[in-house]
Amino acid sequence: MSEKLVDARDTYCPGPLMELITHMKKAEVGDVLELLSTDEGTVNDVPEWVDKIGHEMVSSEEADGVWHLKIRKMK
Amino acid sequence: MRILIVGGGTGGTIVANNLARRLSKEIRTRKARITMLSASDQHMYQPGLLYLAFGQMTPDELYRDQASLLESSIIFHVDPVEEYKIEEKYVVTKSGKRHNYDVLVIATGSRIAPAQIPGMTEGADTFYTEESAIKLFKKLREFEGGTIAIVVGVPHKCPIAPVELVFSLNDYFKKRGIRDKVHIKYHYPIGRIHTIENVATWAKPEFDRMGIEYETLFNVEEVDAENNVVKSLEGTETAYDLLIAIPPHCGMEEIEANNLGEDGWIPTDRHSLLMDGRDDVYVVGDTTNLPVSKTGSAAHFEAEVIAENIASVIKMGTPVRDYDGKVYCFIETGHDSATYAMFDYKNPPDLTNPSKPMHWFKMAYNQMYWTSVRGLL
Ligand SMILES: Cc1cc2nc3c(=O)[nH]c(=O)nc-3n(C[C@H](O)[C@H](O)[C@H](O)COP(=O)(O)OP(=O)(O)OC[C@H]3O[C@@H](n4cnc5c(N)ncnc54)[C@H](O)[C@@H]3O)c2cc1C
Repeated sequence: MSEKLVDARDTYCPGPLMELITHMKKAEVGDVLELLSTDEGTVNDVPEWVDKIGHEMVSSEEADGVWHLKIRKMK
Repeated sequence: MRILIVGGGTGGTIVANNLARRLSKEIRTRKARITMLSASDQHMYQPGLLYLAFGQMTPDELYRDQASLLESSIIFHVDPVEEYKIEEKYVVTKSGKRHNYDVLVIATGSRIAPAQIPGMTEGADTFYTEESAIKLFKKLREFEGGTIAIVVGVPHKCPIAPVELVFSLNDYFKKRGIRDKVHIKYHYPIGRIHTIENVATWAKPEFDRMGIEYETLFNVEEVDAENNVVKSLEGTETAYDLLIAIPPHCGMEEIEANNLGEDGWIPTDRHSLLMDGRDDVYVVGDTTNLPVSKTGSAAHFEAEVIAENIASVIKMGTPVRDYDGKVYCFIETGHDSATYAMFDYKNPPDLTNPSKPMHWFKMAYNQMYWTSVRGLL
């Protein structure tokens, strides 16, 4: 199990959630991905997807305009 | 100074031509040399594939001889690179030749990887290659009614293609007079119908107007080609008569095989466009791992920055420009109207109303592309 950073700051297309989905495909079950985003919408978009798919939201914090979302791959 | 460009598509060709002009004196006096290695003697205008899939272009219109697009001072070989010796500063090609360089530009693009999804190769059509686009057109011509499902893999090049496909399907079946017999269901990986929020907001009422059904948060897990059902990781499924996929993409096999980047995406600095940890390897276009859309437009703007910086490093010992994430995308909103989106790292896309002149401009651009890769536009 490992932790991986996904830097999706300042991206409008493909955007933070698409970046997360791309990296999630390569991750192992149990891995935690930390997504960095400057898009405020991410705080809603990501948990919505994570919930629907059955991964786990570990944490969601904002610092200096950057959202740090940690997600554990569950399946 | 030996500059080696690997890949003769949009990004590589623009870097090469732009550099050849900037360094014409250095090339004449043999202080600089530009070599391009590519996998094909042909250059494909890939956006034309969508037109091919609707019978609006023929395959020959998509191609030009790569050599005819290059400045005469560029040395060009069709001999794909198989080994990258980044530490030792050389590459080895399929024919076994070794090419030493001082500066390397990697521009080998991306490819579809339908095999990543069980059943997608057998069960889904696409238009991302010449062969598949022709096959799809033949199926669309024969289609007399039923459900067409559209699914989108992640990541994929040309993020606007799924939306353009919907508009094109709507217009195509309207023209054939059987639009009422065709049910179009669009599926998208995230929680709105396009990743660019403005595009999603604008396209939603358009989809409603056209009677398009859509399901969001749908990441394809599997295609059951025997029963014509596509299933999502999120646990839902759709039955279809025709399935059109924008398959997931990856970079070229040789990139991954040489440990330059997982899945063929090379870790790249988002401003300098240098490969992470190197000051002699630039990366352009689809094969970067940048969170920038994989488009010819991004490749074009990146290529200009790379060419300008390689030239300025040679002439004055320092790069002069950063890539700002700029992308400009036409959006075809049917067979006679279009709009566009322009954005960069800091500025979100702002959409204007679709119009006929914008569509004509895109039509003109389909020809102007060849001038653009020559570096003249
Ligand atoms: C259906 C479709 C519609 C599109 N629509 C649009 C659009 O409307 N607007 C837009 O901006 N973009 C669009 N694109 C995307 C655009 O075509 C690509 O993003 C762009 O071509 C990427 O440029 P590139 O230089 O990175 O790669 P490419 O143009 O794909 O070039 C890669 C080159 O590398 C060569 N190569 C591969 N392997 C090797 C090797 N081992 N050694 C040497 N050479 C190698 C290949 O032969 C090729 O010449 C579309 C793409 C598709 C498929």
